[in-house]
Amino acid sequence: MNLELAIFYFFAAMLVGAATLVVTIRNPVHAALFLVLAFFASAGVWLLLEAEFLAVTLVLVYVGAVMVLFLFVVMMLDINLVPLKEGFARYLPVGALVALVLIVEIALAVGPERFGLEMYTDPVARDADYSNTKELGRVLYTTYVYPFEIAAVILVVAIIAAIAITLREKRQTKYVQPEQQVSVTRKGRVRMVNMPAEKKKK
Amino acid sequence: MESVTRYVKSLFLWELLKGLGVTGRYLFARKITVQYPEEKTPLSNRFRGLHALRRYPNGEERCIACKLCEAVCPALAITIESEPRADGTRRTTRYDIDLFKCIYCGFCEESCPVDSIVETKEFEYTFEKRGENIMTKEMLLAMGDKYEEQLAADRLEDAPYR
Amino acid sequence: MFDLMREALSFLPQDLVTVLVIISKITIIATPILLSVAYITLLERKVIGYMQVRIGPNRVGPRGLLQPIADGLKLIMKETIIPTKANRVLFILAPVLTFIPAITAFAVVPFDYEMYLSDVDASLLFILAITSMGVYGIIIAGWASNSKYAFLGALRSAAQIVSYEIAMGFALVGVLIAAGSLNLIDIVRAQEGSMLHWYWIPLFPLFVIYYLSGVAETNRAPFDVAEGESEIVAGFHVEYSAMTFSIFFLGEYTAMILISLLTAIMFMGGWLSPFQGIPMLEEMFAFVPGIVWLLAKAFIFLFLFIWFRATYPRYRYDQIMRLGWKVFIPITIVWLLVVGVALLVDLGPWFD
Repeated sequence: MNLELAIFYFFAAMLVGAATLVVTIRNPVHAALFLVLAFFASAGVWLLLEAEFLAVTLVLVYVGAVMVLFLFVVMMLDINLVPLKEGFARYLPVGALVALVLIVEIALAVGPERFGLEMYTDPVARDADYSNTKELGRVLYTTYVYPFEIAAVILVVAIIAAIAITLREKRQTKYVQPEQQVSVTRKGRVRMVNMPAEKKKK
Repeated sequence: MESVTRYVKSLFLWELLKGLGVTGRYLFARKITVQYPEEKTPLSNRFRGLHALRRYPNGEERCIACKLCEAVCPALAITIESEPRADGTRRTTRYDIDLFKCIYCGFCEESCPVDSIVETKEFEYTFEKRGENIMTKEMLLAMGDKYEEQLAADRLEDAPYR
Repeated sequence: MFDLMREALSFLPQDLVTVLVIISKITIIATPILLSVAYITLLERKVIGYMQVRIGPNRVGPRGLLQPIADGLKLIMKETIIPTKANRVLFILAPVLTFIPAITAFAVVPFDYEMYLSDVDASLLFILAITSMGVYGIIIAGWASNSKYAFLGALRSAAQIVSYEIAMGFALVGVLIAAGSLNLIDIVRAQEGSMLHWYWIPLFPLFVIYYLSGVAETNRAPFDVAEGESEIVAGFHVEYSAMTFSIFFLGEYTAMILISLLTAIMFMGGWLSPFQGIPMLEEMFAFVPGIVWLLAKAFIFLFLFIWFRATYPRYRYDQIMRLGWKVFIPITIVWLLVVGVALLVDLGPWFD
């Protein structure tokens, strides 16, 4: 067994194990952390596929930003698991049915007749100086430029919408703009008054 | 115009750079640290450290058990018991100062009519056991004997102002 | 040197030799880093002391030179206390998670043309991704400690790190537009010529923003609200003691070294000599190896970290956020446009 295969099995086992734990573990914070581990392991597998840009972006975006915010929310919530588990037996048949349908659908969609190993040629290992990033950029900004730009615009709209929703008209806090605070000078606040000394009359 | 200069200054972090300049200058300034056990700062002749009971040059203890110090002590740190001695003079049989109570205000020294109870320049002392915080008459007299020269010199130096 | 090692170990299987060579390279890089972390703590205490007109630690060894060793010994000897209701596994894991990303990033940091652990094509992205994971240690520490102060500190620092990462990322985008590569070695190569070819001139705002975001990212003064001694005691590491605490410390200082090195590589010409292109001086200093220049440049930035800490009071939390989102990010975006235009018109001597 060569080194590459050993690394692959290591990451693959980690990915499957972590992904299983995400759905089975009881503590939501632990589940979120195992999801992070799963992302990390899949980034490792992608690295082995020479898709270093995708792998690094996965870690950067999902591990570095999205999951941090996710963890943030999960930690702040005091999730009580007991009410969530109520009626488990009652919903079990429906849930099992939906799960079964999903599994069959997935099996039909990505079954061996479409994505089997014989449908594809073996991937060719590229030279060391082959830049995955450059290729990706070229495709993204030529063939797929419209989908790419549209996706970007939709995201911007979502951001603006989120900000617009949270904006409140009146502020109850006595917040002072820092630039105003900084620009305060002595001249604007203090007035020197020159008064002649007076003697108290009796 | 003023707002423009202010804007430019804040954009180029002018005041922050000025702050860096100040600390940068002090990096090379002469250090004022005193390396304590090796170096010591000079002490005033009015320094108030550990207490001592003085004697006259002929060896007679000065204290006449007037108990003024006991009365004036704001922390009630001094305990005095007295008895007439064989030659008929009144002397203390017990003169204790509790150093835990003492606040080193120097009132005892001020109140003493015979310059008996004084405070030395000794300030480096420790207690290792319970009970060591009480200075008995013997200890106080021993302190006085040990530092008599220094005590006399300090009193002489301060005399013109009294 | 590593060829010699390969030859000497040729009786072993090829893969094993590769692993051994990599491990020895890692040791060669990691050991000096850990040692320098120890002495940066001393340097920091000394420099802050000098700026406050004191002399700093001077009792252990000559001029206090053995102080870090004494500190280390003390931390090793002390008892690791785990709070009663803390989550034990995560509590122990958290300091490790702050330290590992900081030191892993050194895997792709080049010290000279031929001196690096691995030449990853997307090394800039790799560093950005790996350092962004450092925040997990802090969040987990805050949560696992089961302490209000620790949790508050963790929340503050997580929000702060995530916001400054964006400004940092934009600053790096400027660098990669200018160099046309994500590879740190190519970025340095693109700055060759003279001191005026380095990117600190065309990318000056990005340079300043990158470094300041780095200061914020490592939770150093004046952005150290995560620790905020005056209001939340010590933030996320209140409950930590002994070795667990010292690993947090190691992580913070390793991240400082990393930020300094990266600033030097991306904006100050890395291992290039500052006298390049100057007729007389270039020959005079030709004997100095590149790594010396790199370390000297990184040291300047490390010193700035300490200088800032000695000078500035702590930012208020809302003002930190304002600085990150409303000042740094707009400036970087505007400057990215400027860089793009400069690239289009082949503005010399940097973009031709």
